[in-house]
Amino acid sequence: MKTRMLKSFLTAILLLPLAVFAAGGAHLDRAPDVQGDQAALQNGARLFVNYCLNCHGMSFVRYKRLTELGLNEQQVQDNLMFSADKIGEPMRVAARTGEQKLWFGAAPPDLSLVARARASADGSGADWLYTYLRSFHRDAQRPTGWNNTLFPNVGMPHVLWELQGQPEFDATAKKIVPGVPGQLSEAEYDKQVADLVGFLVWAAEPSAAFRRQVGVGVLLFLLVLFGVSYALKKEFWKDIK
Amino acid sequence: MASNSGYEKYKSDGSLLGNVLEWFDARFPATSLWRGHLAEYYAPKNFNFWYFFGSLAIVVLAIQLTTGIFLVMFYKPDAALNANGVPAAFASVEYIMRDVNWGWLIRYMHSTGASAFFIVVYLHMFRGMLYGSYRKPRELIWVFGVLIFLVLMAEAFMGYLLPWGQMSFWGAQVIVNLFSAIPLIGDPLSLWIRGDYVIGDATLNRFFSFHVIAVPLALLGLVAAHVMALHEVGSNNPDGIEIKEHLDEKGIPLDGVPFHPYYTVKDIVGVVVFAIVFAGVVFFAPEGGGYFLEYNNFFPADPLKTPPHIAPVWYFTPFYSILRAVVWPIFGIDAKFWGVVAMGASVMIIAFLPWLDRSPAKSIRYRGPIYKSFLAVFVVAFLTLGYLGTQPPSPASELISQICSLIYFGFFLAMPWYSKIDKCKPVPERVTF
Amino acid sequence: MSQEGKVDCGRRRLIVATAAVGGAGMVTAMVPFLSSMLPSERAKAAGAPVEVDVGNLAPGQLMTVEWRGKPVWIFNRSPEMLETLPKLESAVADPKSEVKQQPEYCKNATRSIKPNMLVAIGICTHLGCSPSSKFKKGAEDGMPADWQGGFLCPCHGSTFDFAGRVFKSKPAPTNLEIPPHTYLSDTRILIGEDRKGA
Repeated sequence: MKTRMLKSFLTAILLLPLAVFAAGGAHLDRAPDVQGDQAALQNGARLFVNYCLNCHGMSFVRYKRLTELGLNEQQVQDNLMFSADKIGEPMRVAARTGEQKLWFGAAPPDLSLVARARASADGSGADWLYTYLRSFHRDAQRPTGWNNTLFPNVGMPHVLWELQGQPEFDATAKKIVPGVPGQLSEAEYDKQVADLVGFLVWAAEPSAAFRRQVGVGVLLFLLVLFGVSYALKKEFWKDIK
Repeated sequence: MASNSGYEKYKSDGSLLGNVLEWFDARFPATSLWRGHLAEYYAPKNFNFWYFFGSLAIVVLAIQLTTGIFLVMFYKPDAALNANGVPAAFASVEYIMRDVNWGWLIRYMHSTGASAFFIVVYLHMFRGMLYGSYRKPRELIWVFGVLIFLVLMAEAFMGYLLPWGQMSFWGAQVIVNLFSAIPLIGDPLSLWIRGDYVIGDATLNRFFSFHVIAVPLALLGLVAAHVMALHEVGSNNPDGIEIKEHLDEKGIPLDGVPFHPYYTVKDIVGVVVFAIVFAGVVFFAPEGGGYFLEYNNFFPADPLKTPPHIAPVWYFTPFYSILRAVVWPIFGIDAKFWGVVAMGASVMIIAFLPWLDRSPAKSIRYRGPIYKSFLAVFVVAFLTLGYLGTQPPSPASELISQICSLIYFGFFLAMPWYSKIDKCKPVPERVTF
Repeated sequence: MSQEGKVDCGRRRLIVATAAVGGAGMVTAMVPFLSSMLPSERAKAAGAPVEVDVGNLAPGQLMTVEWRGKPVWIFNRSPEMLETLPKLESAVADPKSEVKQQPEYCKNATRSIKPNMLVAIGICTHLGCSPSSKFKKGAEDGMPADWQGGFLCPCHGSTFDFAGRVFKSKPAPTNLEIPPHTYLSDTRILIGEDRKGA
């Protein structure tokens, strides 16, 4: 009886902080997982090179590594390499950082790790990026003419506006509403963003898939080792009474 | 011929190998080390699950040393920006993760190993508390152990600066500023620790030096002292009784078994189970849900921008919560100072356990309900403090952490009283097996 | 192992099995650590093949380019220089380039793809100094009177002819190394790769 009371008391203490802090942060949309889809990742790489690499570097990723997305070196060189001569070079930014500081007030960050850095209790880094790239809207107050509901007063303009169009912010409903349409429908745009985010996730840890493959092998080996070492332990300890 | 240690020296059987061994053993205490610490070191036969964590701590230490040696081959402690505008130290970690063959594995083993070290050490310490392993004649083992824990905290703290991410930078900033709370000498002291007006290249280089050379040496020395002191007095056991009090005619404890082979084969199983869990994290969840590798640390250090929420790595958070819980100035000295004092005291007080505990029984098995309740509440308070330390401050969490801090200190300070009046069960003569 | 010598068969089998599986695991675990010490992707990128335009290299001239941190000579030998090679066959240690110091396609009288154009790593095969050019015939450059022109290593005095072949009785054991190279066009050489896209 007494122990039961004690237990419920302890449980209550343990759960109290959870209840206090249950309130979460920003709501993030779940990004579709495209890691197994090479065509999507290749499309993401194409979008990144065409829209992002002009300002944002990806200096920890060598062009050569893009061959892991199912492209050969010639395809990478012909279709994705605009700012480097050699396939072993990292994906550096095309514009110089000094100039960018003049244009935007700050140098745009390197995006090699953005998909890991933006993870939080609210969701994965992919979720954040997927939400962010779909939260731009027109704002005459801002120097760039753009604002973002997930990242208020963001320094970056909406680079993908030709694809998405020019959404507006409805202040009374407090949500983004469609404005001037772009080249793509909403579903098509979401798919492009998902591919781009998928590429950023891949780039944040290109060895992730290989890591999991090795892990399966290691765990299988350890299970075998557990079997023999446990039998050995049993064998010795049967003497001890 | 008997050696100084009393063990017979190795006698050759006449073969070449035998002669070499005899020559060697006459000049080095090989036989006496082997027999004294393994083959004829008698450990109680009733060790349970909790007794794996000592050997596991050594295994994790070996993992950290091995992976650390290799990481030093590729890591550069340099805070200057490289050609791509990224600090060189941060870039060298990503160089390891991407360009070095298998570098990601070595780095993940090291980062996971840091958390594993604390998990294993916390469980090892808790084992000592469960079974009274710190009680006479094992006080010194415990004190060495607390020193190991302290040195380990220093090692982890300095190592955490090296990736030079946002959490590295701001974590170090906050902790080094703690020293500035000390009256009079505080500000010059923290300036001296940093070697700069902010955490900078000088700080990074000295932390690197300490992390890879000075502190590991101290750690190894203390681990050796810890094990030597243990083997001098012999291991405790879950019944908390001395197996040396019941010897057979040859002077061997009746309830003891030779450490080798019995505990070597048993510890191998423990190591394999540990390896399974460890590999599970390294290969499938190296970020440990943001606790082993904090997300914000994937942003390079930026001295001009504090992340919205900084928390120490999980293994420091119970003590960090105690620091934050102190919000009142006392004796005209501000709360910051007393917070630091409370945090320091919360670690140091653990070392005094051998002299605070007055219970007639060592092991939790024979202690009464009062101690058991106190210990249970203490564990809950400690875990709660740990959880709160990972969360941003709020009025509610402040109150809870104040209550938990009181419970934490109360557990130790009131121990001489409640451990004495507790109604213990009779302790058996021989171990239960 | 055991003094009593009563380790039974089942126990011995388990000891062997555990040691074998565990040992195999330890050896496998060493592979990532040891291979981390091989050249990284960065080192490989820095050691990537180098493209050189030799259109402006006049006969008798030598240019040096860097490949994998080593000096690579590209040497446009004049007809007079080439004429010296057959005459020296008895004086050099390995006239037919039997020792594998060159790709198969350069195992010929001139040790080159195009007869005039020598591509060689300018590092003495003795202890790694870079030999200097001694192109003038005779004793003019401080060489012996019968000197036909070639290279002299300043460190230990090894001499090489215009094909990088080492002379007899010199400290250097082998001819100068010819790196893999290929002609992308008539005047553009890619050093470090046998065939483009291979």
